[in-house]
Amino acid sequence: MPRSDAVWSEQGTTPDAIEAALRRLLQERHAENEGFVPARVLNMITFVDREWSGEIANRLRGVGRYHASRTLVLSFEPRRTRMDAHVSIVSEGDPTRGEFALLRETVVVEIGERHLDDLITIADPLVVSDLPTLLWSPHGHNEVVGELLTLAQAVLVDSVDEPDAHEGIDRACLLSGQAYVVDLAWLRSTPWRERVAAAFDPPRLRGELRAIESLTVRHHPDSTVAAMLLIGWLASRLRWETEPLTAEQDALAGRARDADRNVVSLRLEAAPELQVRGLEGLTLKTTNGHELALDRGPGGLHARDRNAAGEQREWTILGASRGETGILGEGIRQALLRDPTYVPALRSAQGLFT
Amino acid sequence: MAIAAGRPTDLPEADNPLTAGLERLPVAPTTLVIFGATGDLAKRKLLPALYNLAHDGTLPERFHLVGVSRGEKTDEEFRAECEESIRQFSRREPNEQVLRALLADVRYVTGTFDDDSVYTELGKVLDGFEKQAGEPLNRAFYLSTAPSFFPVIVEALGSSGIAEHDQADVRVIIEKPFGTTLEEARELNRTVLSTFEEQQIFRIDHYLGKETVQNMLAFRFANGMFEPLWNRNYIDSVQITAAEDLGIGTRAGYYDQSGALRDLIQNHMLQLLCHVAMEPPVNFTAEEVRNEKVKVLLAIPEPTLQNIDEMSVRAQYSRGHSGGEDVPGYLEEEGVPEGSTTETYAAMRLEVDNWRWAGVPFYLRTGKRLARKITEIAVTLKPVPHLAFSQDGSLGVQPNQLVLTLQPNEGVSLRLGAKIPGTRMSIRPVNMEFLYGTSFLSQSPEAYERLITDAMRGDATLFTRNDEVEAQWRICDPIVGAWAQTPGPLAQYEAGSQGPAEANLLLDEGHRWRAI
Repeated sequence: MPRSDAVWSEQGTTPDAIEAALRRLLQERHAENEGFVPARVLNMITFVDREWSGEIANRLRGVGRYHASRTLVLSFEPRRTRMDAHVSIVSEGDPTRGEFALLRETVVVEIGERHLDDLITIADPLVVSDLPTLLWSPHGHNEVVGELLTLAQAVLVDSVDEPDAHEGIDRACLLSGQAYVVDLAWLRSTPWRERVAAAFDPPRLRGELRAIESLTVRHHPDSTVAAMLLIGWLASRLRWETEPLTAEQDALAGRARDADRNVVSLRLEAAPELQVRGLEGLTLKTTNGHELALDRGPGGLHARDRNAAGEQREWTILGASRGETGILGEGIRQALLRDPTYVPALRSAQGLFT
Repeated sequence: MAIAAGRPTDLPEADNPLTAGLERLPVAPTTLVIFGATGDLAKRKLLPALYNLAHDGTLPERFHLVGVSRGEKTDEEFRAECEESIRQFSRREPNEQVLRALLADVRYVTGTFDDDSVYTELGKVLDGFEKQAGEPLNRAFYLSTAPSFFPVIVEALGSSGIAEHDQADVRVIIEKPFGTTLEEARELNRTVLSTFEEQQIFRIDHYLGKETVQNMLAFRFANGMFEPLWNRNYIDSVQITAAEDLGIGTRAGYYDQSGALRDLIQNHMLQLLCHVAMEPPVNFTAEEVRNEKVKVLLAIPEPTLQNIDEMSVRAQYSRGHSGGEDVPGYLEEEGVPEGSTTETYAAMRLEVDNWRWAGVPFYLRTGKRLARKITEIAVTLKPVPHLAFSQDGSLGVQPNQLVLTLQPNEGVSLRLGAKIPGTRMSIRPVNMEFLYGTSFLSQSPEAYERLITDAMRGDATLFTRNDEVEAQWRICDPIVGAWAQTPGPLAQYEAGSQGPAEANLLLDEGHRWRAI
């Protein structure tokens, strides 16, 4: 069970003082027991609106072992003039004989409008040198993200947070030119991508990938971007050329051209009954009458497969839902990896807009 | 070629374009049959591993589990036992829906392993699953039984016809020990290879499934700084230690038949030695990696009756102290036969006679009830050729030592000489430590999770090949035989100690065992 081991706070402080306090607290912990060692995996800079910082703190607490080794929370309150800071160093328990216990550091710096011009000079001394840095600004503040990106190698976004799907995808495209983008909307589609890949993995079925004639994706009403990314993924992997979608009743519809210039019908359907963000299901049909449907179900995805003769089979593909905190944790973990298929998917998804 | 709406659809594609970028690659639909499904290994390791694979979405999209064992029980009773094992031993709290879905279709076949009707019934279950799926399903037979049943089961799988499938892959996974002598290993290989092709056979050495062991290959072959030093010109000796602080617990029946040499050195520790000494493989395919390991094993001279006493030591723990408690000696442990001469400690001095390693001693030691639990590989470099500081109180200068720790704390430590602060040029050793746990977010999966997945995918890289097993036995068999001829009395070491003093006799002049 994580527990807070060492804390320090100061009103009217400076980055130098905060950094000195961090060093001192770490030395004290190590002197107390050399089994205490600081985790050195990843810095995470989080820029949040102060009024929502509690919610973000709760979300970060839920990521468990995927917590960054040093989390710097820049808590923004426009009218604040004084810089306050709070440092906590948490261990996962006391090291027993021959074992070690990891220490993770969280630094919360309260800042105001007047600090934004020099934000880099506040954040830079407080991240651990030579560690990759992930930047997350869950409440927008695109101009701040642009500035802090000089400190980061990866940026965490959730494209479904943008009020408009088109803007969400354009924004992710823009960011991907500046840093590695970890998109929670993309990560929500991982089990779906894995399962579609698995469905066509037997060599005798791979040829059917060239015969897909329609694809319908059902999604949470707020997760149109997630559905578009899934279509973009298939399109980029199978060399489809996407065309702009048009709005129909509670749906978006359109088409793509596959590598042989055949038409693939595309449809995105909102599923208001879905309680969580992400995808509800998908249906793929091929020209030879094969139909595969995947839908959320208890204990995993519910699969329904109908062959050309009309024979239908259903089964459960086992897997636990990760939940929203699990997705965030996965996002932090992914900052240390590189998925070469996201940007091509994003660019294909851009083709779904006029 | 079938033409559907003008498009060819039945041409097999070389690669699946959808798997690019995915961390978890698809595993073909599979039915896993566990022989010995009610045994300790299945309960503690295999069933929890299957649950965790299911939780992570790593099992094949169509997965069926069949248990085979002697005890009479219904499918429902077996499911209840599976559930209990998973709840007790899973590394994570089970998700009720996933657990229910995993166990919903689990089947149980009862009977003795030499009973033909077991295989007839099993065949019906397998056919039933395929009919239900409407497609061929791969078959993986996991032999988690006493070793004496391995040939019985393999032969029955062959004669019953269920080991053959025209449209799906059939594999057999065989637990250790793979024979208790070289001749037994050869005989078992002959039996297994009369039913299965080598590429269908997955011989488990669960050490190979540990992240820590795989990391050794990354450490050696992904870092340019070590390779120039990794040879007889710079390395003085290598020590491989697998020490446990615990006694044999409730495993007297198994352990007294096995002993330390068979239990750890013949398989796990020789594998570690291979990872230290092997040449870089051309690529990381199963065949290339295993080819290089076999070359190392074949470069180790076979012990002879004349040198066995000089290159090996065995001992038994006597009464002593561990963790502040009085603990019994081996012969006082429950279930150990009176006067047993089974060794609880074994140490060896081996050489790898090839261009890279000629003349470098490899010291291996393992034992129960030692001072603490640790598995490590210590590579000691040769001392510097000239000590410029010898006039300035440099008695602390020691050769560099690189220590790869596998457990309990996976990491790498490098011993360096450093100047003691002050006016004199005094040197003492310091350690530069790296702990894997501080630098990765992910938790290492259980070895069995990795191995079961690899076996179902047909990737044999982390499994031992037939010639590899026989090459391991080639080294250990003469010692096993010699020890059997001279049963005792065995050297003793106090429980909780560093091991027997006799182990020092194996060391070359100037060498010493690292403190456990």
